[in-house]
Amino acid sequence: MNNIRVVITGLGVCAPNGTTIKEFTEAIKNGTSGITHQPDLEALGFSCQIAGKPTLSEARISQYFTPLELRNLNSTGIIYGVIAGLDAWKDAGLEIQNNEDPDWDSGSIFGTGTSGIDKFRWAINKIDDLEIRKLGSSVVVQTMASGVNAFISGKLGLGNQVSTNSSACATGAESILLAFERIKSGQATKMLAGSTSDSGPYIWGGFDAMKVCTYKHNHEPEKGSRPMSLTASGFVPGSGAGAFVLESLESALARKAKIYAEVLGGHVNSGGQRGLGTMTAPNPIAVQRCITNAIKNAGIKANEIEVINGHLTATSKDALEIENWKIALNSTAENFPYINSLKGMIGHCISAAGSVECVASVLELAEGFIFPNINCKDLNPEITSLINEKSIPQTLIKKSFNILAKASFGFGDVNACLILKKFNHG
Amino acid sequence: MDKTQIIKELAKIVTPYTEEKSALENIGEDTDFITDLKINSANLVDIVLDIEEKFNIAIDNDSMAKMLTVKATVEIIETKLNAG
Repeated sequence: MNNIRVVITGLGVCAPNGTTIKEFTEAIKNGTSGITHQPDLEALGFSCQIAGKPTLSEARISQYFTPLELRNLNSTGIIYGVIAGLDAWKDAGLEIQNNEDPDWDSGSIFGTGTSGIDKFRWAINKIDDLEIRKLGSSVVVQTMASGVNAFISGKLGLGNQVSTNSSACATGAESILLAFERIKSGQATKMLAGSTSDSGPYIWGGFDAMKVCTYKHNHEPEKGSRPMSLTASGFVPGSGAGAFVLESLESALARKAKIYAEVLGGHVNSGGQRGLGTMTAPNPIAVQRCITNAIKNAGIKANEIEVINGHLTATSKDALEIENWKIALNSTAENFPYINSLKGMIGHCISAAGSVECVASVLELAEGFIFPNINCKDLNPEITSLINEKSIPQTLIKKSFNILAKASFGFGDVNACLILKKFNHG
Repeated sequence: MDKTQIIKELAKIVTPYTEEKSALENIGEDTDFITDLKINSANLVDIVLDIEEKFNIAIDNDSMAKMLTVKATVEIIETKLNAG
């Protein structure tokens, strides 16, 4: 491509263990869990009755929506996404301008898996009760997948590409790469990127029925999500949103913006459900290829990666993921980078997983720390036969480092990998 | 319920849908929902639902299509109230 460099100048987050950057930073440093018991899941007879859900007060929500928007708002994903998105914009030092013209040079790629699932349920019940007229005007904008971005772009007055991507659990990481490419190709100066995921029984039910969630920790929610642990028994569902302002380095420097990190590059691909790949299992060759192509795209060498933020959901696939990283990086058990999974604290935030976990990754690079893995003191021997235990921090490590790799893998055999670099000021 | 009372109730109903405070204060028969109160046309269906609930009436599609001004809306409400 060309020599345009892309940096991250704003962050926003709505996570089960923190709904502001400050709160979230503290939580991930301390290994604070956001997993709680969910009475509604218990009442509905779910096998897994614990989940990660952001805690937001009415007062906080009303800072982001007009009273009219709040009247019929029944889409948690839109609430999380708008809060994270607007917070990221503000964090970047950007203002909401009420100009006649939109900001032609700024856009947004904000992904989701579904939108407004509670609103959708309400609408379907109304229709079946022969009350179609009572739907009013709020159903479409809350249930269309791009609803979250329609709210965000309207509030910010964005005039560049405004689009919603969807690639299962790879959605969040992919959104950053798409926004990066938009700026890199010279078509936009600033792009909001991120993703969101609804809360509640109607989004999590399908996973519960597939028996991919743990049912063994209903009495101890905080211990339920156990990536890389011998006693990992399925993921804990989560929800929330993460958001980023990506910007050309030229623009960021010109307006003296705070720069968190540089996006060096990345790659998205699919295993095509060929080989060992299926609808739900990743094709290892594709995962490895995604990582090696991301490294190539970023213009770095594999051994420059110091920290990996894994997908690591707390299923039997964790060891396979580590093996894929090891092969892709051509590393030994000894020189394998540090690896961590935020899912131990917040569960698997489905379409928001990649973005929330990337917020954590960017904070690690910017502030110089590696957050602890929780709930894996009993490491899975399949993993420790591949890499050294010291690669899996159990306590906070304060350390300045330069390059982090983040990957997310999703149903449908899709993969995304990003390479982020600490920005060297001055 | 007379016309003045209906307009008063109508003003209450449209309040959350408009940011045109002075037009709302001076609401009268000639007020147009879209040009004067700058109400988003998509919200007109929500206003009709609020009216149905407030006055306990049912408004058919043909009547709904005419409800663009206070005058037309009051006439439709009066007709439905009298019919009931």
